[in-house]
Amino acid sequence: MNWYAIKAIYLSELHRSWRTPLQSIASPVLSTSLYFIVFGSAIGSAMTDIGGVSYGAFIIPGLIMLMVLTETTSNASFGIYMPRWSGAIYEVLSAPVSAFEIVIGYVGAAATKSMILAMLILLTARLFVDYSILHPLWMLAFLLLTCITFSLLGFILGLIADGFEKLQVIPLMVVTPLAFLGGTFYSITMLPEFWQKVTLFNPVVYLVSGFRWSFYGTADVSLLFSLLMIATFLITFLAFIWWIFRTGYKVKV
Amino acid sequence: MEDNVIDVRDLSKVYPSGFHALKQVNLQIKRGEIFALLGPNGAGKTTLISIICGLVNVEEGQVLVGGYDVVKQYRQARNQIGLVPQELAIDVFAFVWNTMVFSRGLFGKPRDDVYLEEILKALSLWDKRHAKIQFLSGGMKRRVLIAKALAHEPEILFLDEPTAGVDVELRRDMWRLIETLRQRGTTIILTTHYIEEAEEIADRIGIINRGEILLVDNKRDLMKKLGRKQLILHLQSPITALPAELNDFVLHIGIDGKTLTYDYDDNQPTNHVTEVLAAIYRSGIALSDVKTKQSTLEQIFVSLVEDSR
Repeated sequence: MNWYAIKAIYLSELHRSWRTPLQSIASPVLSTSLYFIVFGSAIGSAMTDIGGVSYGAFIIPGLIMLMVLTETTSNASFGIYMPRWSGAIYEVLSAPVSAFEIVIGYVGAAATKSMILAMLILLTARLFVDYSILHPLWMLAFLLLTCITFSLLGFILGLIADGFEKLQVIPLMVVTPLAFLGGTFYSITMLPEFWQKVTLFNPVVYLVSGFRWSFYGTADVSLLFSLLMIATFLITFLAFIWWIFRTGYKVKV
Repeated sequence: MEDNVIDVRDLSKVYPSGFHALKQVNLQIKRGEIFALLGPNGAGKTTLISIICGLVNVEEGQVLVGGYDVVKQYRQARNQIGLVPQELAIDVFAFVWNTMVFSRGLFGKPRDDVYLEEILKALSLWDKRHAKIQFLSGGMKRRVLIAKALAHEPEILFLDEPTAGVDVELRRDMWRLIETLRQRGTTIILTTHYIEEAEEIADRIGIINRGEILLVDNKRDLMKKLGRKQLILHLQSPITALPAELNDFVLHIGIDGKTLTYDYDDNQPTNHVTEVLAAIYRSGIALSDVKTKQSTLEQIFVSLVEDSR
């Protein structure tokens, strides 16, 4: 293993975020705060409890997931797309590093940033809503797996996109709608039976449900399904990246 | 046995567009030499370098770097190589020092601030170490690219069109640096459009066109083998036609009628320089000066490339 290379990529990527603190940290924290003010404090005060949990507290896991999914995908895709766009990727491709080491460096950095962001959102939420975390270790495990999985997705998008617009299509047009409709602001049991079934095709439901279980001990779908879904994503994305590097698709000719 | 640091064997490359970039290329680069690869645009220079460095996939053939296969033993092969690309491909938002640390780490080397300082000073970049790359001039950015390529102490340095669009000062600096590196034992391979650059600094020259290596030779031997000489005779009075005494020789009258030029091969002992001068004397033409001129590498290059068309 070329540990020095992994460290170089990892630290360089973290530096990149510190260069743009407003975009990387302040902006998502501000957005989440607005959600808490509108949905948590203003509208939430008029809502009934869901499963014994106040509405303001209920939406915390979903909001964290919403931010983590969109920010992670977007951030990780920029991390690898920028050197592709500028041509600076030549240095990584000509270095004695394996595809696996490149992925650990870039995805590790993106996942770290997302974990930090999630923790900041969690702390920000405390300013607006009182909440508890029933299974803190499970919470961290779910969060970490989600951060890694969606960093992998972002990395794939950054590898295959051939323009800035295409880079934004998946985070804005796919991930965000799925996150909104995946039980971020409601329990899927609140939907009519037909839509409950349709919602089960939304993979984000399993992520939000599992994450919410780690907070309050209640879930829309079984914990095992949630874990299986994350594992499926993780393996699928890893396999796709392996294929990209093996064939050189969009990276080498 | 010669110590070939790079060994390219029967290398072919066809791009998905169908463009045949390399055709059965064989090339050996000796350890410690400065090798210049010359060729017109689209000749295959960058494709060849890119395959050796791992940027383009090998399709057919084999490339060994220091005895290591660039595909199967890519770590050992790439460890030895530093690459300065043709384009200013760099993260412009990064800082000079950070990008140097990044480059060294990427090639698996532990941090060595003393060495990085030495490189930056050699390239007149030390004062700019805390600068953001985007605020540097084009020439300075190119220096940063060279510094990055040297950050991991490579044994082989590839310079793809290193002096394209750079000022005279940087070109001179670069030539000095190349000389210093050669003294340290670094093998240098450069592609260039500037033939005088190859003429100035290379030990050996390879000429590539349409994906084929036309010729590889020691620079001096190449000039000797393919170089032509010209005998230029300056006349005291202009002439309009050659006198009968000179009919046996191919001589060209200058536009102003004040020079006569005779092409000959100085490697051939049977050339007719003596006879030409004797015939001039017999014809009564008075000379004001006699000069000889060696054809340049550029002329050799142009004639080879044109012949291959």
